[in-house]
Amino acid sequence: MRVVLAEDHALLRDGLTRLLTAHGCEVVAAVDNGPALLPTLIEHRPEVAVVDVRLPPTFTDEGLQGAIAAREQIPGMPVLVLSQHVEPLYARELLSDRAGGVGYLLKDRVSHVAQFIDAVRRVASGGTAMDPEVVYQLLARRQSPLSALTTREREVLGQMAEGRSNGAIAGKLFIGEKAVSKHINNIFTKLDLPVSDDDNRRVLAVLTYLNA
Amino acid sequence: MDSRDWIRDGLRAVLSGLLAIPLAVLNLPLFGLSVAALVLSIVPGLGMLALPGVTLLVRARADLARRLAGRAGVPIRRPYLPPPERAIVGGWRYYKWIVTDPATWRDLAWLVPGAVAGVALGALTLALPVYGLEGVLLIPLWISLGTDWYGYGAIWPIETVGEGFLSLPQGALILSVGIAVAPYLRRFDAHFGRLFLGPTRNAELRLRVSELTVTRADTVDAQAAELRRIERDLHDGAQVRLVSLGMTIGLAEEMVEGDPAGARKLLAEARETSSAALADLRHLVRGIHPPVLAERGLDGAVRALALAVPIPTTVETALPGRLDTPVESAAYFAVAEALANATRHSFARTAQVELWHTGSSLVMRVSDDGLGGADPSGGSGLRGIERRLAAFDGTMSLSSPPGGPTVVTMELPCASSSPKTTPSSGTG
Repeated sequence: MRVVLAEDHALLRDGLTRLLTAHGCEVVAAVDNGPALLPTLIEHRPEVAVVDVRLPPTFTDEGLQGAIAAREQIPGMPVLVLSQHVEPLYARELLSDRAGGVGYLLKDRVSHVAQFIDAVRRVASGGTAMDPEVVYQLLARRQSPLSALTTREREVLGQMAEGRSNGAIAGKLFIGEKAVSKHINNIFTKLDLPVSDDDNRRVLAVLTYLNA
Repeated sequence: MDSRDWIRDGLRAVLSGLLAIPLAVLNLPLFGLSVAALVLSIVPGLGMLALPGVTLLVRARADLARRLAGRAGVPIRRPYLPPPERAIVGGWRYYKWIVTDPATWRDLAWLVPGAVAGVALGALTLALPVYGLEGVLLIPLWISLGTDWYGYGAIWPIETVGEGFLSLPQGALILSVGIAVAPYLRRFDAHFGRLFLGPTRNAELRLRVSELTVTRADTVDAQAAELRRIERDLHDGAQVRLVSLGMTIGLAEEMVEGDPAGARKLLAEARETSSAALADLRHLVRGIHPPVLAERGLDGAVRALALAVPIPTTVETALPGRLDTPVESAAYFAVAEALANATRHSFARTAQVELWHTGSSLVMRVSDDGLGGADPSGGSGLRGIERRLAAFDGTMSLSSPPGGPTVVTMELPCASSSPKTTPSSGTG
């Protein structure tokens, strides 16, 4: 799998390169600043981009902006954003093009190597991977359009937002896969998300969740 | 203005004019007492007591005048110097404090002109309505007096009943003019009083300095407390976790040959600890300066805040761009606190945040549709906002009638004061 990496700390850049290489990824380019990100992505068209939110020269959210800009130029290009902190606001912006292949994780999730690599693969194959912290922050809210959902349905939606497949959700919540797809269908109905070829319904459900 | 409003204000002003006359007359004996006390102050011992005593009376009278002026819409600030430490009535320190305060002498200078103005304006305030009332009530008065003629208004003398009835519209007109001008007369009196009783430019500056001293002390205290909290959090949180992380890795290092399974378990534990340390640090950083504020400025940070509160919150902003970092930070925490209050105490269903810039200051309005009845003296949160804003000469006003809605309006001067608020080292 061909990966482009954007991370300004040399230590972390080397560590991530090593980690990805060890798991069969090829880091085709690694940049250490915001302005270089977009041209590099356009040039290499990687299967997935792993991007730090805060990059030089402004040390604000250049990485995030670069990732969003890249997805405008190359629709659906998978981007996994890493950050020292998570903000539902940023998650929403990343998902606003309503396509899959998006991940937004805390940097320290990298230490769970297997889970991290799993998230990279999931994003590369068009899935989503929201950090459990984002999901947790949203679950902590009391009132929302999600109030129509049952507790179990919310749990399932939370797992969907983290990017798990039906099988994985079933395993995690100790229920059958059939029950999971029933719950998911209920969620789609309750959130009024009709079947459509253009939009990824799982992403839409997560977006509703983020907008709630 | 509603017609009932001007009648109510007018009647209130007429009453206060009635009150002003005896109060003004009271100035004269006070002036006499002051002169006597001044003469007596030559006598050792007695003078030390007499002048301060009389001054206290004069100040009480002047304070009353200030309060009445405030009610007439002309606020007058107390100009007196703060009393020195360890001053006792009758002591030299106390005497010196009274004598050296220019406001003492300005009060004294006010007593006679204040009395004249008070009586004259008070009488004028009363005379017009009373004369008007006389016109309105002339017919029954005339009959009961049983006189042949009467003089009133432009028709003078009145000899027939027909002429007598003409006094009614005249009287009504004069009465309404009297009631309408009464508040202006009171305000004129108050302005006259302010010439003497208000602080001079010097005293104004002195008051400002003591105000600044208080807000600076508050700010310094708050900052010291904040630093202590950060130190404690680091010490008890991340630092402890990192030490334990080092220990666990050390142990694993020793065990890796003999007990690889045990070493792996320890390493997993170490990873958990490092995550927890990072979470601690993240939490701490958010409390000092939220990353989203650094990245997106006030606008984005408030939007992120709105996403995080448990009730649906709309955000409307009209800001010209990034503000100065200290202002941005103070504004953010003030909005955060106000929003937290709205969601914590008011049982609100929705909240709104509006931010805009007036050119000289940043205005933040946080409103909710909750129960209302918020009280700054009751909630430490609202007091905290006031203190936080006071450090920048900012203000907070609260409207929270029982039943809601609650609207907190905060203002932070920024365009003009921003160079001064930039933290500087050395001179602080």
